[in-house]
Formats: sequence, C-alpha cells, structure tokens
Amino acid sequence: MLSFLARRLGLLIPTFLGVTLLTFALIRLIPGDPVEVMMGERRLDPQMHAEAMHRLGLDRPLHEQYLSYLGQLARGDLGQSLRTRESVWNEFAGLFPATVELALAALLLAGVLGLLAGTLAALKRGSILDHGTMGLALTGYSMPIFWWALVLIMFFSVELGWTPVSGRLDLLYDVPPVTGFMLVDTLLSDERGAFLDALRHLILPAIVLGTIPLAVIARMTRSAMLEVLREDYIRAARARGLSPARLVFVHALRNALVPVLTVFGLQVGSLLSGAVLTETLFSWPGIGKWLIEAIGARDYPVVQNGILLIAALVILVNFVVDILYGLANPRIRHRQ
Amino acid sequence: MNTSSLASEPAWPSPLRDFCRAFARNRGAFAALLFLALLALCALLAPWLAPFDPAAQHRDFLLTPPAWLEGGETRFPLGTDELGRDLLSRLIHGARLSLSIGLASVALSLLPGVLLGLCAGFFPRLLGPSIMRLMDIMLALPALLLAVAVVAVLGPGLLNTVLAIAIVSLPAYVRLTRAAVLGEIHRDYVTAAKLAGAGRLRLMFVAVLPNCLAPLIVQATLGFSAAILDAAALGFLGLGVQPPSPEWGSMLAAARDYIERAWWVVTLPGLAILSSVLAINLVGDGLRDALDPKLKNLA
Amino acid sequence: MMLRRPTALLLAGLLAGAVQAAPSSLVVCTEGSPEGFDIVQYTAAVSADASAETVFDRLLRFAPGGSELLPALAERWEVSADGLEYTFHLRRGVKFQRTPWFMPSREFNADDVIWSFRRQIDPAHPWHKLSPRGFPYAESMAVGELIERIERLDEHRVRFVLRHPEAPFLANLAMGFASIYPAEYADRLLAAGTPERLNSQPAGSGPFIFERYEKDAQVRFRRNPDYWDGAPAIERLIFAITPEPNVRVQKLKAGDCQIALYPRPVDLPGLRRDVRIQVLEDEPLLTAYIGINTRHPPLDDVRVRQALNLAFDKSAYLRAQYGEGGASPAVAPYPPSLWGSDPTLAGWPHDPARARALLAEAGHAQGLKLSIWTRPGGGPTNPNPGIGAQLLQADLAAIGIRAEIRVLEWGELIKRAKNGEHDLVFMGWAGDNGDPDNFLTPNLSCAAAASGENQAGWCDERFDALLREARRTTDQAQRTALYRQALAIFHEQAPWIPLAHPREFAAVRRDVEGFVISPLGTNNFAGVRRAPANAPE
Repeated sequence: MLSFLARRLGLLIPTFLGVTLLTFALIRLIPGDPVEVMMGERRLDPQMHAEAMHRLGLDRPLHEQYLSYLGQLARGDLGQSLRTRESVWNEFAGLFPATVELALAALLLAGVLGLLAGTLAALKRGSILDHGTMGLALTGYSMPIFWWALVLIMFFSVELGWTPVSGRLDLLYDVPPVTGFMLVDTLLSDERGAFLDALRHLILPAIVLGTIPLAVIARMTRSAMLEVLREDYIRAARARGLSPARLVFVHALRNALVPVLTVFGLQVGSLLSGAVLTETLFSWPGIGKWLIEAIGARDYPVVQNGILLIAALVILVNFVVDILYGLANPRIRHRQ
Repeated sequence: MNTSSLASEPAWPSPLRDFCRAFARNRGAFAALLFLALLALCALLAPWLAPFDPAAQHRDFLLTPPAWLEGGETRFPLGTDELGRDLLSRLIHGARLSLSIGLASVALSLLPGVLLGLCAGFFPRLLGPSIMRLMDIMLALPALLLAVAVVAVLGPGLLNTVLAIAIVSLPAYVRLTRAAVLGEIHRDYVTAAKLAGAGRLRLMFVAVLPNCLAPLIVQATLGFSAAILDAAALGFLGLGVQPPSPEWGSMLAAARDYIERAWWVVTLPGLAILSSVLAINLVGDGLRDALDPKLKNLA
Repeated sequence: MMLRRPTALLLAGLLAGAVQAAPSSLVVCTEGSPEGFDIVQYTAAVSADASAETVFDRLLRFAPGGSELLPALAERWEVSADGLEYTFHLRRGVKFQRTPWFMPSREFNADDVIWSFRRQIDPAHPWHKLSPRGFPYAESMAVGELIERIERLDEHRVRFVLRHPEAPFLANLAMGFASIYPAEYADRLLAAGTPERLNSQPAGSGPFIFERYEKDAQVRFRRNPDYWDGAPAIERLIFAITPEPNVRVQKLKAGDCQIALYPRPVDLPGLRRDVRIQVLEDEPLLTAYIGINTRHPPLDDVRVRQALNLAFDKSAYLRAQYGEGGASPAVAPYPPSLWGSDPTLAGWPHDPARARALLAEAGHAQGLKLSIWTRPGGGPTNPNPGIGAQLLQADLAAIGIRAEIRVLEWGELIKRAKNGEHDLVFMGWAGDNGDPDNFLTPNLSCAAAASGENQAGWCDERFDALLREARRTTDQAQRTALYRQALAIFHEQAPWIPLAHPREFAAVRRDVEGFVISPLGTNNFAGVRRAPANAPE
C-alpha cells in the first residue's frame, strides 16, 4: 500500500511542475504588457517602464525568471492582484469556499439522484422507466448549462418568483464570513431564517451545475449495476433467497460504487468548467467568475496562480480518488 | 461475376453489414442520425434556405415575436432579435457555424491525438511517458478554463475557437489511442506481423491502428458534440465567434438582456444547441453499441 | 464620558440591524465591485460611490441632484482678485470616523487638507510613490502643474496658491479625488509599515462608516453617528454588487434591494407598470460618442470623418440602444442643458448618398476597411455595446466600408485606445463638475491627444487656443462665446461621431424617500430614508 502511495505521489511532482511551466508560459504568451496593466491609467515614459520591468524581474533571461517563479511558489508567495493589490492567495481563499459549497451541493444532488435513477433503471432494464430515465440522462448530458440556467431563472425566478435571482444570501441578513460556507456561516450567526434563505439561493445554481454530473452518474450507475447483477455472487445470493432490496442496496450498489467513484474524480475538472459558467450566470462570487474576469482584465498574477491553484486542486482530487479506488479495489493496487 | 447472384448468397459476416444492422435496430440513434442529416443539409444549403441574410437588420421590427404570437409577422416565422434580424435565418446559418466548428476541431485534435497516442503506445521508454505526462498536465486544467486561456492568448474569433477546442480535447484521443494500442500490441497478430518483418511504421498504421478504430470513432462523435457545447460556451462568454456571426452561444449571450421581454431569443438558440448535441450523442451511443458491445460500460 | 453617547448609538444600531428587514436598512443593487477604497487611485464611478460618496467628505460639495457648489468641510472661502489665491476657512468640530482599525485622537484640521493634496501632487511626499497606479484624476487634470503651493495659515485656515487662474478650480475641489483623509491615520499606517491598508480599511469624515467588503458580493456601511451634517436616517447601507442590469431589476422587483441603479432602457416599461416601484430619471451630464482616430489614415482626412458622421443612422441607434425617451441625440461633446452650448448647431443628418460622395471625393470610392472597438458589458453611456457596434457596422457597409468589430475588456480597451490602436471606438464621458471645460479639455485638447485620453488623437490649434482662453476667463458669458466658436470647429472637423446624451435612470421601491440622481454620475445615500413599514408598498 505504501509503495502504491509513493508511486502515485511520485507521478504528481512532474505533473505539477509541468503545470507551473504551462502557467508561466501562458502569461508570457498573452498579448499585452504587464507593466502597462499595472500602471493602469498612469502615463508611462520608457525609463519608468524599464525600471518597472527590472523591478519585476521581467528583463532577466526566461530560465532565471522561471526559477525565481518556482522559488516564490516554494515560499508560498502567489503574488498580488494587479487590480486590487490584494494577495492572490487571500482572494482565492476568500472566494474558494463559495465554489466548494456550490460544487458540493451540486455533487450531492447529482450523486443521490444519479445513483437512485441509475439503480432503478438497471433493475427495470428495458422498461419504459429505463428508457425514460436514460433518455433524460442523455438530454442532461447534452445540456448547454448556460442556457439551462437562463431557462430556470426565467421560469422559477422571474415568472414564479420562487427562488432568488442571484447571490448567496439576502443582504439584509448580516452574516459575517467565518468559514466562507454560507450554509455554515448562517447557522453560526444569530440571524433567524438566514439558513433557509441561503438554501433558497443555493438551489438553482446547484441544479444547474449538477445536471451534467447527474446524467453521467445515472448512466454510469446503470451500467455498473447491470454488470454487478450478472456476477456470480449476486446470483448465488439471489439463489439463497436474499431479499431483493437488501441485495441491491447492500451488495450490488456497494460494488457498483467503485466505478462511480472514478466518475466523481473525473468530474472535478468538468465541474469547475461548469462552475465558471454557473457562477457567471448567478453572480455567485466564486473562483470561476474570478478567473474569467482576471483573464479579461489581464490580471497576470491572478490568472497565473489562480490557474495553478485550480490545477493543483484537480490533481489532488484525482490523487485522492485514485487512492480511494485502490483501497476499494485491491486488484488495482497490486497490479501495476 | 454477377452482382445479383452475389446478393442472394448467404451473407458473409461482414463487419460493416453487422454494424449497419445493429445501428439501424437502435431506433433512437437512427432517428437522431436522420435529424443530423437534416441539420447538415440546412447547414450546407443555408444561403438558399434562409429567408434573409442573417446579418440583415430590419430596423422597424426589433424583437418581433414569432409568427404565431400576437404581434408576430409571417415574414419572420421565429421572430427577430434585438437588431431586427430574422431569427430563423440566424439559426440556420448558426447550424453551419456550429457544425463546421465541431467538425474542424474534431479533425484538428483527432489526427495529432492519434499520432501522439500511437507514439506513446509504441515507445514506452521515454517518448511514451513524456507524452502522457504532458497530457496529464493538460487534463489538470478544467477544459473550459484552458480554452478560455488559449483564446486569451490567441484572441477571440472563429479560427481560434476551433484551435482552442482542438487543443483542449487532444488528451482524450491520446489516452484512448494509447490504451487501445497497449491492448492490441501483445496480440498474436501483431507478434506475427512483427516476426514477418513488418517495420514499426507498418505495425503502427497498418496492423494496429485499424483495430483501434472503434473506440476512436465513438470518442470522435462525443468530441464532436462536446466541441459544439464548448464553442457555444466560449461564444456565451463573449470569447468565441464574434458578432455579427450568428453563433448560437453568442446569440444567447446577447439574448440575456431580454429574458423578461422576449423569450424566443433566449429559448430558440438554446434549443438548437441542445437538440443538435443530443442528436450527436444519441448517434454516438448507437455507434458504440453497434461497434463494440464491450464499450457499453463507458459512460 | 465623551465616548458614551456614540457607543450607545452604535449599540442601538447593531441591535436594530439584527431585526430582519428593519426599515432603517437600505440595500442598493450597484453595478460592479469597487476597484478599491483609496479613491484618489481610481476613476470609476462605482469606486467613487463606495468611498468618496460614503466614507469621505471634501472641502466643497455639490448640491444633491445638481452641480451647484455648497460648503462642506470648508465653511467659507475667499478668492483673491487675480484669481490665484484661494483661502478656505475649515469647519470646526468635525470628527473622523471611529473604526476598529482607526480611533482618531483629534478632530479634522488643516493638516488633513494639506496631506490629502500634497500626497497627490508632491513627488517628494512619502505617500506619493505608494500609490501603485498613481493619481489618475489629479494627473489627467494637471492639478500638480496648477497648484503652486498649499499653505497652512493656522489650524483652521488653508491657502491654495495657483500658477494661473482656473475657472473650474472650486468645482474640482468637490470631486472625488479631492476627498480629505485623516492624516493621523496615514501616519499610523506608515509607521506600522502597512500603507496598503488605506485602500482596504478606509476612514474619513463622511456620512457612512465602512464595515466590510466581500468581493463581487457586497459592501456594507453603517451610519456615522458623528457626521457633522447630522447622522443619516439609514443605519445600514448595503451595496449588493450586481453587474447584470436585468438581474438588478429582478432583484428590485423581488424586494432584495430597494434601489436598482442604471436599469437598462428596455426594462423601463416593465418597471413603470409595477406599482411598488418608482422610476427616477434625470438628464445627467453624459455623452456617448464614437472616437475617430485621426492619427490613422485615411481618418486624418476630414471628408472621411464627415462621411462617417453622415453614414450613421443615429435615430435607429437611439431607438435600439436607449428605447423611447431614453436619450436625446448628441451634436456636441456636452449636452445642450449645460451652459456654453450652442442651440443653433445642427447635427449631421443621416445621408448615405452624400457620405458615399464624400468618400469618393477623398479617393476611397472603392471602399475601406476599419476596425470598430467596443467593450463587452454595458454602462450608462452604452447600455448594450454589441448593438451599437453592429448597427455601425451595418451602416458603414452601406457606404462601402468594411468594418470589423473588436470587443475588448474595459480596462484593456481604454489602455489600447490610449495607445491609438483603434480606428473607431465607442466611448462615453460623464461630466463630473458641471463645467463645459470638463468635457473638452480631458477629451479633445492637444494635451489629451499627447497623453492618449483624447481617443481621436485630434489636436487642432485653433480649438485648443479657444479652450485655453476660456479656462482663464471667469466671466461665463465670455466663456460661452468662446465655447460656441470651439463647438463650431469641433462640428466641422468631426473628430467624433457624437451619439447621444442618455438619460439616467434609477428604479426605487416606493418606500424609499430622498434619493435623487446626480447629474454628475455619482450616487449619494446620505439623505435617503425609508418610509415606515406600514406605509403602502
């Protein structure tokens, strides 16, 4: 097990270094001059420009610049936003919980409904229920979620007025950020009703972001269940007269969870892609919206290290999923 | 030899015929294929089918509702947008844009992807792992974010949208091809070819590649639909195809402001995206089932 | 003993805030995140609303809803006969805000005034270099060249000595960049080695005390109980940052905010039908225009520029962009309501045939290729940039000009337009002191052409001389005559396509009283109160 862990960890390092190289290169490829961006509206004479380039170390050879970038990263220095002068880490840390809250809500929704739908479809294979569920799943999988969000807003928020249009909380509630997770913070504060209000704000964005993972998980669960139901031990158990409900939910589902877990891992990347769109549409103050705006505004340190942080996150989640997968399935652990 | 006599003979187990039969049995996929054919026809004949130039502004008919609603005009069956442009014409021309973006980016990522994947599979010492690490790096970045970053470097526009999507979808093909190669490379027929003195190139392209085609075709179909979605998302963020090109995603972005007033400009482009992506995915499912029942387990 | 009253008030404020939907709270749906709170570093109106109009005060202020000058931190002032010396008598007993990050030990005095200005104009001042973006307002208005020195006469008297007479000087002192900071706070920050806190934890003498800012989400203020002009009726002021105009409107309808700034014209009919909502409007000092880059041939040819003016269908633009009654067509750089305008000046008609003829005369009968630059999101001068660019594109196509639209993020657009990379660029200007010069010098003077703020890159000696002369004249009638001559040159030379003077709108819930739109593009909530909860909604 330890050697498995070590091997996996060893693979992480070159990947991470590669990502730093990528973000380093990206910033130098984007047209535009960081010094000019930094100076904003200020008039710039060539001498001041050269001084600023020197101060930022942008006049040194590229490999030196890269090494000093790595050095900075090693010290945990992610630089400052050019627009706000706030440290990139602080901005990230302030916005990240909003994205995690949204993503977890979406995954929870997708996981529960997806497993349920997939299991039911597998059990009733070939029935109308099966076809209907899978048709819906494929539709969900094909959904342009930015449009889906617009349609839901149009219907539930504008037409019916059931859900708020955007944001995380009615601002009349004064809930200071403690954890950054609105559901937790509202519980910690003594504002009555704030928790339910936060929930009302969360529901539409979570549905939008959860749609595609829900579809994927439903499809995945169905095929994994079908596979498992064919296995000998299930047939044996069935022959022994185990109750069908117990059979499905205790034995089959547990085994079907393994491939589903991988999907969770694979979905992290697409979940973050989705978060970019969802956050933009619902004015959800998270990292997806933050990065898109930073790219538009040529806020180099934010773009560079924001992308780096996200990549690190994806790598980490995949690593954890890998490990869990190895734990759940000894065959994988020992094979490689 | 007489062709008619051939047809009456008991059928050989031709893989193509098997495939066609299997595919045709899948009614959903078949219907989707017909829909796609229709869409492709629309795209091809757009200038002749569309009642108006998609950029023509009818300035006295801003936001006209569809013909069947009160205030609608029969000239504009699906209504007009905020600049008085005929929505039907824009949707038809949009099909052209979306389908060609999809096709072009699939082609642009399929070819290098397959090549890299073959190399990765055939050179397991140094080249293979380095290619795979590179792909891991690209996979560590969320696709849309990577595409946005690529567009930020290259600038927005049709061609750069295609490039960005092609780059983003490269790793999938590389991984798939490599996995398929690794699955095939120890098979007897490959060993036999090797013993018979086939060169490495011949092994790669003539012996192994044709046997990896099934998953690649399925992946290319999925990539096609994903490309349409990604292009629309980029357009929606204002980074894709630029106005006045009637790209579905950028039409939606412009329509956001009219969500309370003009549902048709919000609904119709989205339906166009959804239905074409759904159709392609249905065809993809059908292809997968028909090509290789083993693949059914891939989500 | 002195401390007790404010503390009690503060406590009362906290308790009231805990009651849900207390009518003493005001939520305003604003259009964007402030760039920061050290207002002298920024020019965006959204930053000014969150700092200059809340946290800070100035020597003078504009009358609410107008551009008339009123005393504020300066109770009165004298101007020397030669117009070079301004002596200000400062208000006594003005307290700076108490915040967790700054407890003032003294009241406002002359040192604060001197600190606030010298910081911006004196390169030797310890704070001068600490502004990473410089002082864009002070720099673009050349305040450093204008002010020769600032003298402290005594604790409550300051004298500004100018190098030349400057008619708009007093009005300039009422603008955001002239905000007065507590020098004591700055000293403490510098001593602690944390000068950047001035930007994130502001303190001033204004009506509202900054509490908290969450990026892209909200800015929270509470009222300043010690405000010299009386504590505001609103106890809590909350800016709900909502960049999408339609979302602002939806939130207003849902009661999530009581004031929605800058609704788009397309949403107005729906808002007017809603009995719970009142639409306020005003004719602000706003001009939307297209800058024609006269540095790029063939746009250096006046005939081509005139042809562009003739080609553009302004009435179609106004209808699609601002809707019925949303704006009036522009002829000159500033609206006709401002003094110094010329009612006899007629705009270019929409005449594609004449435009084609002019183009042919200039030797471009075979057509041209140009770029149109615009930004992605809308603002008051350009609610929907995509529409405008596409209308212009279609109209130019009609006279044989092929135009390509380039959409650049706002900051990037401003920067590259300053470099003169564009051909045609959609721009807007909000007058911020009610003087015609405020429209002309920053946008159309030769100095502005050199610095790039003049996106047309247009430098006309005659025009420039008229502006200079008008600036040094104090008599309004004389200045009006000079400006009329200048406007005639502007019209004939056509460095812009003047588009529109948009009306400005704000939508408020019926229970909001005392909110007025300022023609100067800022929003101040010090005088706002909410009707008792039992009033009809």
